[in-house]
Amino acid sequence: MAEHAAVIGIGQTNFDAKRVDVSQVGLIREAAERALEDAQLSWSDIDAVVIGKAPDMFEGVMMPELFLAEALGCVGKPMLRVHTAGSVGGSTAIVAASLVQSGVHKRVLTVAYEKQSESNAMWALSIKLPFSQTLVAGAGGFFAPLIRGYMTRSGAPEDTGIRVALKDRLNALKNPVAHLKLPDVDFDMIANSPMLWDPIRYLETCPSSDGACALVIGDKEAAAQERSAPPAWIHATQMKTEPTMFAKRDQVMPQAGLDCSAALYKKAGITDPRKEIDCAEIYVPFSWFEPMWMENLHFAPIGEGWRMTYDGATALDGDLPVNMSGGVLSTNAIGASGMVRFAESAMQVRGQAGEHQVDGARKAVGHAYGGGSQYFAMWVVGDQPL
Amino acid sequence: MSNSDTDIEVGLSAPHVLDYDYRRSLGPVLSRFFTGLRAGTIHGIKTRSGRVLVPPAEYDPETGEATTDEFVEVGPGGVVETWAWVETPRASHPLSHPFAFALIKLDGADTAMLHAVDAGEASAMKSGMRVTPRWAAESQGSIKDLSHFVPESEGSAAAPEAPADPTTDIVTPVHVEYTYTPGKAASRYLRGLKQGKILGQASDSSGLVYVPPRGACPRDGVPTSREVEVSSKGTVVALTIVRVPSENIKVDLPYCTANILLDGADQSFTGLLQECSLEDVRIGMRVEAVWRDASEWDYSSENIKHFRPIDEPDLPFEDIKEYC
Repeated sequence: MAEHAAVIGIGQTNFDAKRVDVSQVGLIREAAERALEDAQLSWSDIDAVVIGKAPDMFEGVMMPELFLAEALGCVGKPMLRVHTAGSVGGSTAIVAASLVQSGVHKRVLTVAYEKQSESNAMWALSIKLPFSQTLVAGAGGFFAPLIRGYMTRSGAPEDTGIRVALKDRLNALKNPVAHLKLPDVDFDMIANSPMLWDPIRYLETCPSSDGACALVIGDKEAAAQERSAPPAWIHATQMKTEPTMFAKRDQVMPQAGLDCSAALYKKAGITDPRKEIDCAEIYVPFSWFEPMWMENLHFAPIGEGWRMTYDGATALDGDLPVNMSGGVLSTNAIGASGMVRFAESAMQVRGQAGEHQVDGARKAVGHAYGGGSQYFAMWVVGDQPL
Repeated sequence: MSNSDTDIEVGLSAPHVLDYDYRRSLGPVLSRFFTGLRAGTIHGIKTRSGRVLVPPAEYDPETGEATTDEFVEVGPGGVVETWAWVETPRASHPLSHPFAFALIKLDGADTAMLHAVDAGEASAMKSGMRVTPRWAAESQGSIKDLSHFVPESEGSAAAPEAPADPTTDIVTPVHVEYTYTPGKAASRYLRGLKQGKILGQASDSSGLVYVPPRGACPRDGVPTSREVEVSSKGTVVALTIVRVPSENIKVDLPYCTANILLDGADQSFTGLLQECSLEDVRIGMRVEAVWRDASEWDYSSENIKHFRPIDEPDLPFEDIKEYC
């Protein structure tokens, strides 16, 4: 039996398109210091540090964990760096949690970040190799055909994606650290925004953000300390992976994701996720991934995920609120994005989410995916130990 | 591309160069340091325990605690703690003639800073020697504003004029050169393309055909050793119309890219769909490869200019849905 582990401190930077007011180190420390403050701990209380970020070409700093070791107080302590593309923030939190669940450490600091303004992610994701032709235009160019595939399979109404985007953009207005806030947003503004990668419109896609997220994960003893918010107990974590390309791969509904969520619920003792989970913060970089992941997370039968959006089930006042923070659609510092999802789920069960708090949230899912829908990382957190 | 057509079993290779100028924001502490360099001053910062870090950092490297906001002017002279002689400088090095990289502890600092010392010859270098800075004639807004150090016996240099505006960011060019080798399976595929053929490989276990081949099937890791020539005709299994520019893609906007499943293949790949109206492109559409003139064929997927529709009935979605 694993040891109990809980999120006892959460820190996010303010997210923005260009955080030119800080260095990379300054950005990362802003999140880490906020998490330490929330946990009422100091650097010397931390036993180990786990760092996550997306591909190194995004900032052109190869092996950034080496220069971050000193900036994150790792001298004389174990330090790890995790990389699983866009899901990295989630898998980093899971690695940190495992160091506590295994009984190896009592208090682990984990930080994930991206400072996208120092580079151009579309360039970094579309590099032309010799002998070949580059045709896939960044992440949107890769995922848009899969969305078209989902629409064809499910027969979902064409405006489902617009409805997802509207909900998330309205939620972002309630989140003080969210990057993209459009106070006048409405259905027509999204519907009339330019088509970038058909069927993905401009306002149905995520922005490019600078920012970082940090968590302090502690054992039972560390969680017992009196704080302004109670701990978020980690009930279960799960990661699964599959290759990006293989014959007859279902890229729309990847098996690794279906298996990952099924295994997650089993570990967490959940038999009816739609009923037992109070809210979910999931990785939706393009609006249509909300209905797709509702199915992949077994919240809806295959082909029916869009109904949850359409019926308002995923709205802040619905029966399974999704992306209360405004989601990746509102804030996307790629390497941090997975951890922000995990942090938001923990904030909800700690009752820390302010205006975007779901009333009575006791069990929440945090979810991240990365690469060509090939890396999945998820956890369930609760207000009580499992 | 160095391999001849007959050199079948040896993989192809080609140079691959990545170039990008990253623009890094400095934040308040490093901004002070870089702005100072332009005026011939070197700033350190005090830690809470009173040590002076040069270059200044936002944190105490020993504890992780934030440093104070107390900047300290150090140097400009200092002492070489240790050094390494560079007999043959590279293009990116600070000096084009032989020099030393040295850890220099500036007067008033508690940490040593890495920089270049121009001492003429290695025999002039020794740990404990005193050095003094030489400033760049023109500011580049980088560490190169402090051009290098020289032995203190050569006398101190006048400081440049103080800048009007602070330095708030620096440009870091990244240049990486690789030798790219696509591997044996892809090399066979590319040699096929050079002859106007599309060669896939079938998995020894499942018989599933990969185009382009990868040498092994990612489902089970079993080699794909049987070569199969597949058709230039295929079916669109997924698609998008791209209306956003991408630095590495030189196609006029808007354009359609489609996941195309060639007849005889079990995995789709991305192709450019042209010679049809963007309103007409759809899943299930039958298409064919349009090749460049044979005289232009090379070891490249660019031998296929694009795909275009053909006059055949669409395939029903049911027949292709497991490939999309």
